[in-house]
Amino acid sequence: MRHLTSIRELTRESAIALLDNAQELAQVGDREVKKLPALRGKTVVNLFFENSTRTRISFEIAAKRLSADVINVSAESSSVSKGESLKDTAQTLEALGADAIVLRHPMSGAPKILAAQGWTKASIVNAGDGSHEHPTQALLDALTLRQVAASSTDLAGLRVLIVGDILHSRVARSNILLLNLLGANVEICGPEALVPSGIEELGASISHSFDQALERNPDAVMMLRIQKERMDGSYFESPAAYGRDWSLNSERLSKLRLNTKILHPGPMNRGLEISAEAADDSRSLVLRQVANGVAVRMAVLHNCLSSGGES
Amino acid sequence: MKSVLKGVQLPNGKTTDVTIEGTTIAAIESTSEAGLDCSGLIALPGFVDVHTHLREPGFEASETVLSGSRSAAAGGYTAVLAMANTDPVTDKAEVAELVARLGAESGYCEVQPIGSVTKGLRGAELSDLEGLAKSSAKVRMFSDDGMCVFDESLMREALIRVKAFDGVIAQHSQDPQLTVGAQMNEGPLATELGLKGWPAIAEEAIIKRDAQLALETNSRLHICHLTTAGAVEVVRWAKAKGAKITAEVTPHHLLLTEELVRSYDPVYKVNPPLRRQEDALALQAAVLDGTIDVIGTDHAPHSAEKKQCEWQNAAFGMVGLEHAASVLQQVLIENGGQTWERFAALMSTKPAEIARLTGQGELRVGAVANLALIDPNARRTIQFQTHSRSQNNPFARTVLPGAVVHTIYRGRFTVVNQEVQELNG
Repeated sequence: MRHLTSIRELTRESAIALLDNAQELAQVGDREVKKLPALRGKTVVNLFFENSTRTRISFEIAAKRLSADVINVSAESSSVSKGESLKDTAQTLEALGADAIVLRHPMSGAPKILAAQGWTKASIVNAGDGSHEHPTQALLDALTLRQVAASSTDLAGLRVLIVGDILHSRVARSNILLLNLLGANVEICGPEALVPSGIEELGASISHSFDQALERNPDAVMMLRIQKERMDGSYFESPAAYGRDWSLNSERLSKLRLNTKILHPGPMNRGLEISAEAADDSRSLVLRQVANGVAVRMAVLHNCLSSGGES
Repeated sequence: MKSVLKGVQLPNGKTTDVTIEGTTIAAIESTSEAGLDCSGLIALPGFVDVHTHLREPGFEASETVLSGSRSAAAGGYTAVLAMANTDPVTDKAEVAELVARLGAESGYCEVQPIGSVTKGLRGAELSDLEGLAKSSAKVRMFSDDGMCVFDESLMREALIRVKAFDGVIAQHSQDPQLTVGAQMNEGPLATELGLKGWPAIAEEAIIKRDAQLALETNSRLHICHLTTAGAVEVVRWAKAKGAKITAEVTPHHLLLTEELVRSYDPVYKVNPPLRRQEDALALQAAVLDGTIDVIGTDHAPHSAEKKQCEWQNAAFGMVGLEHAASVLQQVLIENGGQTWERFAALMSTKPAEIARLTGQGELRVGAVANLALIDPNARRTIQFQTHSRSQNNPFARTVLPGAVVHTIYRGRFTVVNQEVQELNG
């Protein structure tokens, strides 16, 4: 693949191949010299129109572990803040020799249009676009789940419950698509106002009671961050009310099976959608997700930049 | 000046010669006089577009009256109704007269300004409707297109006032409160793409309300760019009730669907949005059964910088003048098995009647010689590059039937063998 802008671009086979590759590359992080020469001479630009320290650092480490040169560009510190268009920015980066652009953008579809319009020959990797997708997050979630699942190939039969602000979540959309591709069963659960109509057509069942969903004993519970910055209206009565109905709090934690895993894409609103106790519980895979993020992004960058321009 | 069109096919299927003398159709019968070989071509009354954005004054980077008129001629049009959302807005006589004068100077087609319903399109106070009607531009059609006249008391008053001069209110049916931030058709695809949905009810509810106002006031109401199956049902209901309501559909809403938005290519971003396949099929059926009266292009040119950007930053709108006839040929003739007489009604006669244009929409001896001659057997790949100043054409690279070979406006060839002529004033 040349670009990764959506999970839709992956087949089951290519997704598994990426995860296999990521699993191998994860070992690089355990070495004394955490570096491979695979992308030596390549330039990766992290173009972030929206703040995300965690994702940006993860991509930066991934690129550096593959020996690529990395340049970080944020909207605030670039000519974008002076009104430069995405097209002009891309063409400037092209002229400067960017081989890959890792794009985080507040508007849905920005990576797709950048990849499609021919403004740059660079590979485009979606690092999160609006409420659309965050494919590398879904891949790192899948890698994390695969490491604890029965199968080392796919996630067939795994039951995953995704909880919270689905409406604004690009993580949820990418996860539903990828988890389906890998054979998992996905249930999404959240207040009606935060579950967009038609999301079931992506391949998920819907429910509106966290407690009842937990009674169905999912294998994994993926808590989502409440995205206050994207909310243009009142979606729930109060943080306290939200916590009462939708937080993975101590009471709900105590009802989880011993082998049910807890995931969260971060950053976590501790005390809102997840309690500190749940976040730090032995069943929590949150830190493993972060570590796997580097491996998955290494695999994606390597795949995109070594594909010889194949689409 | 005299022209003889040899061997043309009339909308009723008859093949004959058409003689034009000066600006008038002098004869429709076989003649021994030599003339232009038009065998294989169908002669139709020149097309009339009740919904064109020419952008001048104010937005000349996207289009001018001259460039838009050339684009119209290339599409077989001999008259276009120019929407009022210019800068300044066409809310007073001076602006309407300017637009009409620019059209007359261009010489490619009749340019009839549409007046805004409300001052500045702000939806708060009615424009000087009577002043626009009495101006030399003789405005008969009024629209806040781009915006909806949402205040129902203003809409009611406007409907009442235009009756005095046989005017019509053309409504852009969009509940602004239900479409705040809306980017594409509401539904599973909008959810997947992370774009805010534009609900069908936002269109249907306004049409229902306005149809009831038209019934109550016994006034003429024209519905711009219908897009949903539900809206078709509302229009059907209103017509059955006896409302003086007419409806228009765009070429793009007839053939294109929301699936194209998957590309996030802003060329597919339009107001109202592309809908589902079932909506497009309902619109096609409504064209065939007469519920929809006219094809209106909603030709909405935008410069490259407004379209070569992120979807959410892009302007709404598509160009449409140069391929509208081909889309209708596809839907009406090739898929629908309808006649060229129906084609002429949808593209020429009925639009001229709605806009109260004289000298348009007629193909008879003594009528003004406004004609479009098309080759129904042609198949062509639609181009980005057009006579318009803008390239936002969603049909580019697609193959459509038919081609406008010649266009004649007031007896003068504006297009010859698909080439727009230089008129030199």
